[in-house]
Amino acid sequence: MVWKTTLGHILGKATPPTAADPARAAEMRARVAAAGSARLGRSLAIRHVAAGSCNGCELELRATQNMVHDLTQYGFTFTPSPRHADILLITGVAGRNMVEAARQARAAMPEPVLVVACGDCAVDGGVFKGSPAIAGGAEAITAIDLFIPGCPPTPTQIVQGLLALIEAHSFPPKKTRR
Amino acid sequence: MILLSPPDWAAYQGRFIALWTDAQYAYALYQPAELVAVALEGGTYPALPHAGAGWYQRLAFDLHGFKATGAADTRPAIEHFRAADFTAPWPEFAAPEVEGVHQVAVGPIHAGIIEPGHFRFSVRGEEVLKLEARFGYAHKGTLGLMRGKSPRLAARYAARISGDATVAHSLAFAQAAEAALGVSPSGRAIYLRAVMAELERIANHTADIGALAGDAGFAFLDARFALAREYICAAAAMAFGHRLMMDIVIPGGVAGDIAEGGAGEILAVLAALEAELPSLTRVFEDYASLQDRVIGTGIIPPHLAAEFHAGGYVGRASGQAHDARVQPGYPPYFEHMLHMPVQQEGDVAARIRIRLDEIPESIRLIRDMLFALPAGALAAPLPPGSGMGLGVAESFRGPVWHWLHVDNGTIVTAFIADASALHWPLLEHAATTAILADFPLINKSVNGSYAGVDL
Ligand code: SF4
Repeated sequence: MVWKTTLGHILGKATPPTAADPARAAEMRARVAAAGSARLGRSLAIRHVAAGSCNGCELELRATQNMVHDLTQYGFTFTPSPRHADILLITGVAGRNMVEAARQARAAMPEPVLVVACGDCAVDGGVFKGSPAIAGGAEAITAIDLFIPGCPPTPTQIVQGLLALIEAHSFPPKKTRR
Repeated sequence: MILLSPPDWAAYQGRFIALWTDAQYAYALYQPAELVAVALEGGTYPALPHAGAGWYQRLAFDLHGFKATGAADTRPAIEHFRAADFTAPWPEFAAPEVEGVHQVAVGPIHAGIIEPGHFRFSVRGEEVLKLEARFGYAHKGTLGLMRGKSPRLAARYAARISGDATVAHSLAFAQAAEAALGVSPSGRAIYLRAVMAELERIANHTADIGALAGDAGFAFLDARFALAREYICAAAAMAFGHRLMMDIVIPGGVAGDIAEGGAGEILAVLAALEAELPSLTRVFEDYASLQDRVIGTGIIPPHLAAEFHAGGYVGRASGQAHDARVQPGYPPYFEHMLHMPVQQEGDVAARIRIRLDEIPESIRLIRDMLFALPAGALAAPLPPGSGMGLGVAESFRGPVWHWLHVDNGTIVTAFIADASALHWPLLEHAATTAILADFPLINKSVNGSYAGVDL
């Protein structure tokens, strides 16, 4: 069954390219190789917390894992447990109802922790800025190391943002921050 | 709108869709698009007996503080800080009183890349006796932000009610604003909107079917379907300038035209999907281990779906032949007959089959519409008038309703009913027809929007 399908793909008509941009992907891989290992090793686990998003950011975050964007090739994986995570990635406005849960997730992570605010909502509340129902961006939860703007940011922007983050932190570790 | 006396309001018969309040009235919406209202008396109105009304009555209290007299269920809907001192006491979840029962708490943070919500299971061994879902974690005060803004300005909030259905919500909102202000968009705008709405449907159907297969251990299908979605998003970005086509449908028309070559890009991507779909469907149907996970799992019986008047694939997989594109219907679907798949089983497999069936139908519609795309203006100007308007669009997950009261060009009150509001109670039931380990699969197959009900 599967072989038939696979064969169909091989013999069938040409499908669109399966990498976002091969040259860019190669360049990004080189950047990870240069930067990633010094401080963080070659593999980084991300715990994603949706803190009051519209779910658009989650769609694009999930798209970073598809065959085109393939975040895993740069050494990033998503983990269900904050205990296993190196990066806390927050989407959404930090709604009043989510602040406490998100703080607990942050507190459950072993240091050092890098925190990413992904999407305009997490950056500063986005279009929801000024609503009394929100605490106003991921900074209301914890200190942020990287902001990835966009509504939603494209998968490429998310991948590039994460690479920039590890490049910025590729120097030898300083004292554990909180 | 029909104004009713309190007894007539409580006795009104029909297929209930939604209920909300403004400063003076409580409104109830029935199929196909009947709006009735009752005057509030001392901040109260009579509770409605319909199965779906419970959620909306709780929501109305949380949003405006108006009580439904006689309502059995007064739990919070989205407000977690009800206490006067703004503390949030953890609510009691009532477990059924049988021997050996214990509770399993899941969320608000879930294991995957998904939205927040809390599920409280009462289980005996692996058997789920009861599921109670708690929402509000994604509450952003969207309806409040809309008030006092012009429909044009408020459209960006409508586009962010539920990101996966951004086109459908923008469309329903635009139609409500156009109805309130007496504006008709051009034929070109109507067709472009429908093309985007169908693209959005296919993007979600493919991604979700893949994710379901992935949950059942079929990474191959997940990868192929995720790729299909990726290509659709890339084509949408090329044709309309945004991968999710956010903020392109606006009151009065569309914010921009389809890019040159955009139609060709979309058609090419759809042709590739159409060519691959039969083989992917065969994989779905041929593997006993996959079928074993989805057949007979998470059953929503037709009588229950009928009681809640469930729309979308959840309703259609449980015998409810309803689609807002057909009934009440909106342009341009009057000119494009729609084949509506309906199944009776109501299990995970039926919901997948409905969605698999809807993909070729949407591909056909997009082809027809791109072919028939009329010339014309992109957006009509919005006069600063006054009025009330109702708009509906069939999102990939079911009908989304928007209601607007505009005064002198600014929004006085807005209400938004996502299809999910009637789906979540059905999920609570479906969870009890299977073991706990099957819940992720059942949840994914219903795929309610958290943001869509949290507002
Ligand atoms: S940034 Fe935009 S896409 Fe992301 S959650 Fe906020 S509104 Fe949705």
